[in-house]
Amino acid sequence: MLDVSVSYNRYKFIGYEFLTWLWYVIENDKDILSDSESPGALVEIGNRLVLQNHLTHTVETITIKGDDAGLEEAYMALQKGAVVTEINLSYKSEEQIWRFCLKGESLGISNLKTPDTAPIEKKEDIEGAILEKGYLYEKLFSFLDKTFNRFIRLRISEAWSTNIVPDIQKWIRSSERK
Amino acid sequence: MGLLSSSVSVTRYKVNGRIQNPVIETITSGLKKNVIQDVDGEDANTVVGWTDFDDPFQPKFESSSLIVGPYLIFSMRMDKKSIPAKVVQKNFAIESAKRLAKNLKTFLSRNEKKEIKDQVIRTLTLRIPATPNVYDAIWSHEQESVWLFTHQKTACEAFETLFFKSFNLSLIRYFPFTMADLLCGLEAVQRDTLSRLTPTRFAG
Repeated sequence: MLDVSVSYNRYKFIGYEFLTWLWYVIENDKDILSDSESPGALVEIGNRLVLQNHLTHTVETITIKGDDAGLEEAYMALQKGAVVTEINLSYKSEEQIWRFCLKGESLGISNLKTPDTAPIEKKEDIEGAILEKGYLYEKLFSFLDKTFNRFIRLRISEAWSTNIVPDIQKWIRSSERK
Repeated sequence: MGLLSSSVSVTRYKVNGRIQNPVIETITSGLKKNVIQDVDGEDANTVVGWTDFDDPFQPKFESSSLIVGPYLIFSMRMDKKSIPAKVVQKNFAIESAKRLAKNLKTFLSRNEKKEIKDQVIRTLTLRIPATPNVYDAIWSHEQESVWLFTHQKTACEAFETLFFKSFNLSLIRYFPFTMADLLCGLEAVQRDTLSRLTPTRFAG
């Protein structure tokens, strides 16, 4: 395997493309995010979206934040060649909601808020709380890993350049009319 | 940031290799060998070591608190003494004045200034208590994975070093390339395609 710091920097773009694809999927083909383990799983864009355009001489960063913020400027940035570098998401499964931020270059998870767990009132409650939290973390990580796996298999397939990218480009162009 | 906090940041790792049997005893021994040491009253600036998740200031590493279901729960503590620059500046000025008066001189050489500054920092480091920072970790031995509840670069690097030193196992941080390479079950041909990927241009 490649040196860790070399592969981190050389393949950052895979994370940016994953987040951009994820936004496209959320808007156009949500069903592919469901599977037998997460039937009816629902993923939505939360209150923060960061895009960067590396095609210009200097890197341009566009940040959209706020609960009711419109995404018009984000679409415009996509049209100019930007990719998503950070996204705040909510993941809903079986009436439970996880909220978190994903950073493209590391796919690190931050500001992760799991569904509510039972309150800890005495020391004996801690073990149960750890098990419950552990289960909730695992469930989200499993969903993210499967979604990333789906993306990677598409990304290294011929379908990426023949079908997926043209579809994403069509979506980006159609957003001009929004 | 604790694993039971309402909002957490997580860095995920793959454990590269298997720990030798008996697993729990080996892990407990690794934790005890590198337990956090108290640096208050000493001239060390930073110290890193393992501690108990539920009692980070008096670690005992009893298996009842270490093992929770399929998880091993422990924490890394990083104690650091931070001396404000202005405090160093003030004490340096006082000590320099004393030295000048004692030696009936009007100026100090570069070496003398350095010597006074080092002495001031040493004295202050002895007097100032270290600020503890605790980072929780979950080790799922069966899944060969570790979750560290922070994204801080210095904490992650210290954790990786301490983990290797304690258990003789390296950690591979998950990021896009390592996730694709290690989690997606790709075949050799697919791995080769992955390594040759170049950025896509979405704007048509």
